[in-house]
Amino acid sequence: MSRPVLEIRKLAVTRNGMPALDVPDLSFAGGEICALIGPNGAGKTTLLLSLMGLVKGAAGEVLYRGERVEPGRGAAALRRRMSLVFQEPLLFSASVYSNIASGLRLRGMARGQVREGVERAMDLLGIAHLARRRAQALSGGEAQRVNLARALAVEPEVLLMDEPFSSLDAPSRETLIADLERIIRRRGITALFATHDRGEAIRLAARIVVMNRGVVAQDGDPNTITQYPADEFVASFMGTETILAGTVTASSGGVMTISVDGGAVEAAGTADAGTAVTFCVHPENIVLSDGVPGTSARNLFRGRVERVVPMGLFRKVYVRCGFMLVAYVTGQSIESMGIREGKEITASFKATAVHVIKVVDKK
Amino acid sequence: MDLILDGIIEAFRLIVTGDPEVRDITLLSLRISGSATLISTCIGVSAGTAVALTRFPGRRFLISVINTGMGLPPVVVGLFVTIFIWRSGPLGSLGLLYTPAAMVVAQTVIAAPIITGVTLAAMQRLPGKLRLQILALGATRRQMVWLLMKEARLPLLTAVMAGFGGVISEIGASIMVGGNIRGYTRVLTTATVMETGRGNFAVAIALGVILLILAFTVNYILTAIQQGRGR
Repeated sequence: MSRPVLEIRKLAVTRNGMPALDVPDLSFAGGEICALIGPNGAGKTTLLLSLMGLVKGAAGEVLYRGERVEPGRGAAALRRRMSLVFQEPLLFSASVYSNIASGLRLRGMARGQVREGVERAMDLLGIAHLARRRAQALSGGEAQRVNLARALAVEPEVLLMDEPFSSLDAPSRETLIADLERIIRRRGITALFATHDRGEAIRLAARIVVMNRGVVAQDGDPNTITQYPADEFVASFMGTETILAGTVTASSGGVMTISVDGGAVEAAGTADAGTAVTFCVHPENIVLSDGVPGTSARNLFRGRVERVVPMGLFRKVYVRCGFMLVAYVTGQSIESMGIREGKEITASFKATAVHVIKVVDKK
Repeated sequence: MDLILDGIIEAFRLIVTGDPEVRDITLLSLRISGSATLISTCIGVSAGTAVALTRFPGRRFLISVINTGMGLPPVVVGLFVTIFIWRSGPLGSLGLLYTPAAMVVAQTVIAAPIITGVTLAAMQRLPGKLRLQILALGATRRQMVWLLMKEARLPLLTAVMAGFGGVISEIGASIMVGGNIRGYTRVLTTATVMETGRGNFAVAIALGVILLILAFTVNYILTAIQQGRGR
């Protein structure tokens, strides 16, 4: 296996005496597209800045192709192989052309090379018509495109982005994400982007690093992170609201029965009777039906709809069946099944859809 | 009213006829205040930028000192500069007292804190992440500082204007360290005071009008540069 482009070894950052980042080991391979996801204060920005050698007083090491990245003299040479895009475009008070040219000019490139680089970057982002405009006269979407063009003009091997789409309206975000994905994949750029939008992360990234309070909570592909969260935080952050605690009452044939407050759930796996567990069921794995469904699912619960929350194309349906189950249902299904608050409904899911997050203790 | 009208007419007469004494006084004013502003700009922009971009113990105290310095009374500056360059003072051997050089020194002491303070405020008003963004673009530290100064160029020009305005119009320090010697250290402000004392109000008003025109012209040029670049 080839050496990673970026490696982190025992990286620790403290702010005002409090730990802001503590990452023992993390690496990123060439061409990888990775999302750093987590709530505000999770350490995503600090991690990105550390990778660029822009955090003073950080303990541990960041290696770029084996070379140590650290703040201070000589750091510019390594930084010139990477680019960083912030949430705010932070454009200079100059023309769009000058802004995109800035990275190239800082590298001392000749005027002709600068022009070629700027034109190429503007074509990539579809902003050639903005070249003479003042940066301050741009819309939010245009400004972020210029910001990305400025970052891509220097042809970085690694592109770091800190919530690059969060300040954009939905249509601008959609088109920009699509364009950026095309550019990154075509050029084989190693891309890391911080976001707190799991949809963005799942859509763009082949790998997701979930962060919480400065540490990596889970690192894996989107499916693993979504279906098999490492802990309650990851489950909850990735959209799973059915998180229950219970006790294993029986276990045979690879299926265990977990007693929870208000019922019992069958889950794939084995554990001794009396073991306390916490488990979750992803909302996409819970099926709602009007009557008794023709399904082999081991878990069938009759319950009452407590709440229906619209969320884009889907609705989030809360079903009280002794305990609370949360399912995603399409708008069309809501219509055809007449799902509304107070309606009696059947919720079902397979034993394999139950993911045991942690074994708490054993009696 | 007649007095003011006479003064304005006299001012135009002096300007139009190119009165040699008034011309020399005006040029000396411009030379002394221009030199002081130039020196203060070098000191103030560098110091203001350095304080804005670095963190060190006592920084807050230093910023308070700079802000206090922005309102230094010219007579106090004149007093201390005079003491320093007095024949028996620490710098007495340089023989600066009652020379244009002494006036430049005094005006620099007045203008430097103004330019430092405005520069400091201008640099602090730049987005905090801009510095990181510039470094992330591959800038060396020197390139980063230059780009930040370029980004703050409009308020920096305001700093220069404020500095020049502060020294071209001051009198206390100039008269104390320069002595208002005819043909040598007499500038527009000291000449205006002298003519007023003599009761030559028309000439005093004329000198005042010339001072205003001079200050306006310099600030107009700087404003044109500022607004032109800001577009």
